[in-house]
Amino acid sequence: MSENFILVTGRTVKQASGLHKGKDTDAYRRAVTVVEMNPEDMARLGIGEGRLVRLHTSAGQMEAPVHAGALPLKMVFIPMGPEANKLVGPETDGTGMPSFKGLTVEVEPA
Amino acid sequence: MKTVVENVTCTFCGCLCDDITVEVEDNRISRVRRACANGRGIFLDYDPTPKKPTVAGREVEWEDAVAAAAEILVRADSPLIYGLSSSACEAQRKAIELADLIGAIVDTTSSVCHGPTGLAMQAVGEPSATLGEVRNRADLLIFWGCNPAASHLRHFERYSLNAQGTLVPNGRRDRTMVVFDVRPTATAKAADQFFQVLPDSDFEVLAALRALVQGKEIESDSVGGIPLGRLRDLTERMKACRFGVFFMGMGLTMSRARDINVRELFALTAQLNEFTRFIVIPMRGHGNVAGADQVLTWQSGYPFAVSYARGYPQYGPGEFSAVDVLVREEADAALILASDPVAHFPHAAAMQLKRIPTIVIDPVVNLTADTAQVFFPTCCYGVDAEGVSYRMDNVPIRLRGALPTVRPTDESVLDAIIETVKRC
Amino acid sequence: MLGILNGKVYDPSNSVEAQVRDVWVKDGRIVSAQDVDCEKAEIIDASGLVVMAGGVDVHSHVVGSKVNAARKFRPEDHYGNTRERTALTRSGSGFTVPSTFLTGYLYAEMGYTTVMEAATAPLVAKHTHEELEDTPMLDMGAFITMGNNHFIMECIRDGLMEKARDYVAWLLNATKGYAIKIVNPGGVENWKWRRNVGELDDEVIGFGVTPRQIVTTLAQIAEELGLPHPIHVHGINLGRSTSARTTIETMATIEGRRAHFCHLQFLSYGKQAGTLHRSEAAKVAAMVNANPNLTVDVGQIVFGEATTMTSDGPLQYGIHMQTGNKWMNDDIENETGGGIVPIRYSRNNAINAVMWRTGLELALLIDNPWQVLLTTDHPNAGPFIHYPQVIKLLMDRGYRSAMFERLNPRGRKGALLPELHREYSLSDIAVVTRAGPARVLGLKHKGHLGVGADADITVYADLDDKEEMFARPRYVVKEGVVVVVDGALVRERRGKTLYVAPAYDTGIEADIREHFRKNYTISIDNFSVHADHFPHREMVCCR
Repeated sequence: MSENFILVTGRTVKQASGLHKGKDTDAYRRAVTVVEMNPEDMARLGIGEGRLVRLHTSAGQMEAPVHAGALPLKMVFIPMGPEANKLVGPETDGTGMPSFKGLTVEVEPA
Repeated sequence: MKTVVENVTCTFCGCLCDDITVEVEDNRISRVRRACANGRGIFLDYDPTPKKPTVAGREVEWEDAVAAAAEILVRADSPLIYGLSSSACEAQRKAIELADLIGAIVDTTSSVCHGPTGLAMQAVGEPSATLGEVRNRADLLIFWGCNPAASHLRHFERYSLNAQGTLVPNGRRDRTMVVFDVRPTATAKAADQFFQVLPDSDFEVLAALRALVQGKEIESDSVGGIPLGRLRDLTERMKACRFGVFFMGMGLTMSRARDINVRELFALTAQLNEFTRFIVIPMRGHGNVAGADQVLTWQSGYPFAVSYARGYPQYGPGEFSAVDVLVREEADAALILASDPVAHFPHAAAMQLKRIPTIVIDPVVNLTADTAQVFFPTCCYGVDAEGVSYRMDNVPIRLRGALPTVRPTDESVLDAIIETVKRC
Repeated sequence: MLGILNGKVYDPSNSVEAQVRDVWVKDGRIVSAQDVDCEKAEIIDASGLVVMAGGVDVHSHVVGSKVNAARKFRPEDHYGNTRERTALTRSGSGFTVPSTFLTGYLYAEMGYTTVMEAATAPLVAKHTHEELEDTPMLDMGAFITMGNNHFIMECIRDGLMEKARDYVAWLLNATKGYAIKIVNPGGVENWKWRRNVGELDDEVIGFGVTPRQIVTTLAQIAEELGLPHPIHVHGINLGRSTSARTTIETMATIEGRRAHFCHLQFLSYGKQAGTLHRSEAAKVAAMVNANPNLTVDVGQIVFGEATTMTSDGPLQYGIHMQTGNKWMNDDIENETGGGIVPIRYSRNNAINAVMWRTGLELALLIDNPWQVLLTTDHPNAGPFIHYPQVIKLLMDRGYRSAMFERLNPRGRKGALLPELHREYSLSDIAVVTRAGPARVLGLKHKGHLGVGADADITVYADLDDKEEMFARPRYVVKEGVVVVVDGALVRERRGKTLYVAPAYDTGIEADIREHFRKNYTISIDNFSVHADHFPHREMVCCR
């Protein structure tokens, strides 16, 4: 039972620490392997805090623990990084810029 | 023995705060004052110990690494040089010299950041100003699609919301802050007014504001999820302020309409100057991505996505931008300077970087360096390398370097590669 | 060592006109024949050719923050205007805003060897110097904009003239600048309030000083500091019908002190019935003729593509509103501002026609060529590569008439130009393109071919078509080295950044530090141009 959400990726302070601490650390991996979701959406999908959720697009898929966040309904946020980028397709619509924000993703409990 | 270095510039983000004090003991940074969490990381987590370059994961002597890098580039039919944004201008100039020499495509992180902003500026212009004008004059701040509370942590304190200025002596109390975003971020929480926009609707909202500024009627009750009345109020506020400022970010450049979103915002900014003074400042992310734009522009004429393959510079966002080039498998070798595309590119493009021979020049072993054929661990600009870097408002700032330079600098690596390529 | 033999030499600084003589070079300088081992010297046979000093451009926008914003802003300017790399040279692009390497090559190929960057804001001076390092072939300097500077205006308000003087000296040192530039004094500050100035005695908002005070104070300071170049003034009301009047008033207000008024064509208009300005070149020229302390440069319109870029913020907004073209604005904290708008000048446009003849009228009515120097305010009135066309217009009355006849008839109406029969001689051209600029810039070793001068030399074929003659020099020598042959680069050289370092009372530094703390977003310790970064420089002494 999967649902379509809008994906937004972006900066967080924890993710940013990868720049200087290195990106092969557990802390970085944890910082970028996380999905934020509105608690109402979590309840409806039957996913508890910290449980794994699977997201996929035509570009690929990833799994991450979900956390309740201040998000509108049907939107998920993933910090920028290699996990989020598994979902981002290569098309840039002639601009050079991929669709890092506003992608439609399918979301289901893992 | 402890030394104290004052007026150090932090290069983490486009704020380029140059008021940092650093204490150095035994050639390591022991204490950092005034920097934000991101800045402290840059200084405190950096290990300046020289390390040998690697080829195929094995440590080698400097000359061998340079030779290996030169060979990769000379053999390549279609080399790509990418990144540049976390390095000083001195190195950026060398990277472009190399591109010109070997007929490479050269692109910077602008392509996946404020490239669309550059496209918009080229289409309609960009009424702007330096950050001091914001601090000293701005009574209305509108943050659109950006989240400085997460990305530019001292922006409010040094330049915008909370800063005291000559005409804004009471700082926060003298300013009105508005935020437009698709979700209630930490920045939105600091706002006097938050406008939550439906995803991919920024263009419509901006178009509506442009119409309202021109006194046109709008038939809908709401636009992009925002009630028309709120947009009308905002329009009056914008027209009546003393000095208004838009700060914009990835919320506009990365969502569906990309540069067309930004075009609309820049056009709105220009229109508002019929009533009052209004400017816009793009929130440049990396410490010297503005410098990368500047250097590539003054040397080639174009700010990013440049190909030298024909012997002269050609401009091609969407054609010579790194993601497109990689995904279409049009690069057969890459030199990555001061950036981490394997971490930040869409998966397909990141994977392609693992398939072609790459040369990586970076102070830290990042995800791109992990897969590099040749890796040069270099200085970190502003920490143990001097130079010049450009702030988000294009003010060039001196990087004084807190530590002595013992590692090779980015520019010395590039210089050595250039000389070796010339001899090949 | 180099000998340029048997050429027809034009060296007006040394009263040499069309004399066949030899020019000898050693160690980058002009020397007398005795100092050279003629057997060992490289010889250029200049028989039948014209020999002049290398060209000196007194006002051009080619490097720095605003120029680069214009390059980024106008990719359309660069398409089709490209230069391939060679074994010697870097590639480049651009027509009205060429990239840095290309700028150096184009100027050199046109016989120019010294170019002054017309406007640099102090806060972004490092940017200018970085681009100077990447602009080959030319010796260059930067004028530092000060006419809307907060510290200076505060000093004027408080009657602290010595403090203002020390600050100006400090600023020139900190920015490694060459001269004091004034742009729309007070108007650029007022633009930050969405206003402007229109009269010399209008008030600058927040400071209570006037444009008149700013100009006279800085004129006085330039003299007291003994700067080689006097104040360089882009006056108030550029482009408006009040400009001729306020230009003349500004010239009068400095009361005999030296001053250079730039791109004067844009500031020489008057009012007439209807919407079209009139050329008041005759009145302005009369003022210049009566005041030997003044020099001007023309800012001649060239039909075709141009890019307007100035520190005159309100002006640039006005051009945007008038033309509808895209607009860049850049206000610089505590110092200045500016903007960029692309423009196209057309002979079919009556306004452009008036502008075109105003410049020529100025050049033909100002009697002394040492007072009226040749520029197109590149790229505001036209790109510098069209200087040869302007030379031809000044030298060839028939060519001038033919172009005049093709102008929009409304733009020709009542024109003085057809009555002006004067034709510039080669000697006059040598004055307005090299000797005169070098003299007004205080560059004693430039613009002439006397012993001791820098060996910057240009050799032209003596052609009837002056545009062709000046577009493609036969030889260009920079610092004693042949760099161009037949209009093509044969050697790449770097030039020097020329700057001044006037003395000042270091006691002022405490006040400046406090000024930075209060008003700037950058530390004063990170503000100055760090000399180590810009090694190719040469100081020019103050008197």
